[in-house]
Amino acid sequence: MSQSKPGNPTSANAAASRSLRQIVGRINLQQYVVYFGFLAIFLFFAITLGDNGFLSIRNLSNIVLQTAPATILAIGLVFVLSAGEIDLSFGSIVAVSALAAAVVMNEYGMVAGIAAGMGAGLLAGAINGTVVAFVRLPSFLVTLATMGLFAGIARSMTNLRSIPVLDGDFAGFFGSGSFLGIPSLIWWTVLAVAVGHFIYRETRFGAHVLATGDNPQAASVSGIKVARIRLYVLMLSGGLAGLAGLLYAGRLQAAKYTLGESDLMTVIAAVIVGGTLLHGGRGTIIGALIGSLMMGMLNNGLILMGLSVSDQMIVRGLIILAAVAVSLREKAR
Amino acid sequence: MSNTKPVLSLKDIQKHFGAVTAIENFSLDIHPGEIVALVGDNGAGKSTLIKIISGVYAPSSGTITIEDETVSMASAEIARSHGIEVVYQDLALADQQSVYMNMFLGREITNKIGMLDRKTMISETQKLVDELDVRIPSPHATIRDLSGGQRQGVAIARATRWAKKVILLDEPTAALGVAETAKVEEIVESLKRRNIGVLIISHSLDQVFRLADRVCVLRRGQQIGIRETAKTDKNEIIGMITGLQQSDAA
Ligand SMILES: Nc1ncnc2c1ncn2[C@@H]1O[C@H](COP(=O)(O)OP(=O)(O)O)[C@@H](O)[C@H]1O
Ligand SMILES: [Mg+2]
Repeated sequence: MSQSKPGNPTSANAAASRSLRQIVGRINLQQYVVYFGFLAIFLFFAITLGDNGFLSIRNLSNIVLQTAPATILAIGLVFVLSAGEIDLSFGSIVAVSALAAAVVMNEYGMVAGIAAGMGAGLLAGAINGTVVAFVRLPSFLVTLATMGLFAGIARSMTNLRSIPVLDGDFAGFFGSGSFLGIPSLIWWTVLAVAVGHFIYRETRFGAHVLATGDNPQAASVSGIKVARIRLYVLMLSGGLAGLAGLLYAGRLQAAKYTLGESDLMTVIAAVIVGGTLLHGGRGTIIGALIGSLMMGMLNNGLILMGLSVSDQMIVRGLIILAAVAVSLREKAR
Repeated sequence: MSNTKPVLSLKDIQKHFGAVTAIENFSLDIHPGEIVALVGDNGAGKSTLIKIISGVYAPSSGTITIEDETVSMASAEIARSHGIEVVYQDLALADQQSVYMNMFLGREITNKIGMLDRKTMISETQKLVDELDVRIPSPHATIRDLSGGQRQGVAIARATRWAKKVILLDEPTAALGVAETAKVEEIVESLKRRNIGVLIISHSLDQVFRLADRVCVLRRGQQIGIRETAKTDKNEIIGMITGLQQSDAA
């Protein structure tokens, strides 16, 4: 690689230009689509809504706070998609976890409530994962079924009632509180992104997830336990849905079966636009974060523009369609 | 060749799939630094034999010996731990990952705190592709962006990286052009210098005669015979493959 001898300018130049070419070759434009999209949408709203408070610190920080659960769900989905699977049930798991946490917390206190919420998420993910990994049913169908199953459980858990979360410490820790002057929802987002990125990029587990999604047969003959990887990514997605449920419950100081209901499209769009392949083998956690912030910004801007709810849905759908088309076209290059 | 001890020894291997007899009484010794070719028509049992040696299938009967130790290749992992590597017919590479991650697929190097040690993996990959003269743009290159010959080069380089004793190649040049085939043959040839035993399945008798020290013929699961390439010719081998010549044993 660096066989160029010092003092030999020609070979040093050659080596330099070669390594520059290598670096340029390594940059994957598709992974950057989301940054341009983010900037474009930001500039558009900054110009058109600058006078309507879009640029106020309060509004911008609100966007970040409101996207915290979606960002955390997106991290789970990056792992799942990268392993060549999909999870459609995380929105329903959010509701089950939030309700489990609220009910148990009101009875047995904060710690038990957190354990119940996280436990419910992990259990739901383990159910998905076990059926997908060991019964070998396609995750699309399995999680389509459990999406309905878990949503039904959430509805029947409290007979459609909303459960207030009375514990003030919990609300502070997962919702409205702050630490060192920074809102706890931002801490959770940063923590989840940092840990998720680390595991995804820097550990053998992350490498095995990518290999499993890329070529399961190759992964398998290379000694990677692909069934276990499939189980783990779906459990991870369930566990993160549990955490997202706690964040919703903390912020709203209540749990209801509708929590997480509208996250499915937003989160999938955030992850795909962020640069993760739908069919596995390649993805990015940071891209998913930016994608999620972009979706949050879009929601916020459309509301500030005064669009009706149905118009918001139409515009958001169209923009997601365009964004996904652009990033997928770029990938197919 | 027979003056050294065999590195891999197969004795009376049989394999049945239900009522189908895929391999019927197969015996073969492979010596360090020797290239043995396995030839035969489609369905003769060549791939099955490679899968038995690499631990994918258990033989119905017979023994596998590695350097005097009788082993049971109960799984691909066990075969690997005995220093046996396979280059599969359908490339076992992860297309969207880099060359160096493929080189270490399933056996990634980590540092003390469990982080991937990319630097070491990259430099080892570079060293190996340089040694074997596999011409790839860089260890960072994505497999998908490489030519068929480069990919096969990476697959063989990976096997070389991990094989201590034996490399099994299942039709490594079947999908390659002329120049790429020559390159892969050169790499296979260079494995001799590493004292690795090579078993290569090939449909090209020209290739067999260029590369192999000995050639072993299978026909419908039967071992027809083994010849030294220096002491036989294509006509004899074709006769053995097609059945114009009867089995040595018969
Ligand atoms: N998993 C299997 N189950 C049943 N029969 C098999 C299996 N694998 C191979 N066979 C049979 O064993 C015979 C040898 O196949 P194979 O080893 O693939 O031949 P080759 O590689 O020489 O073309 C064929 O008759 C094939 O149908
Ligand atoms: Mg075959």
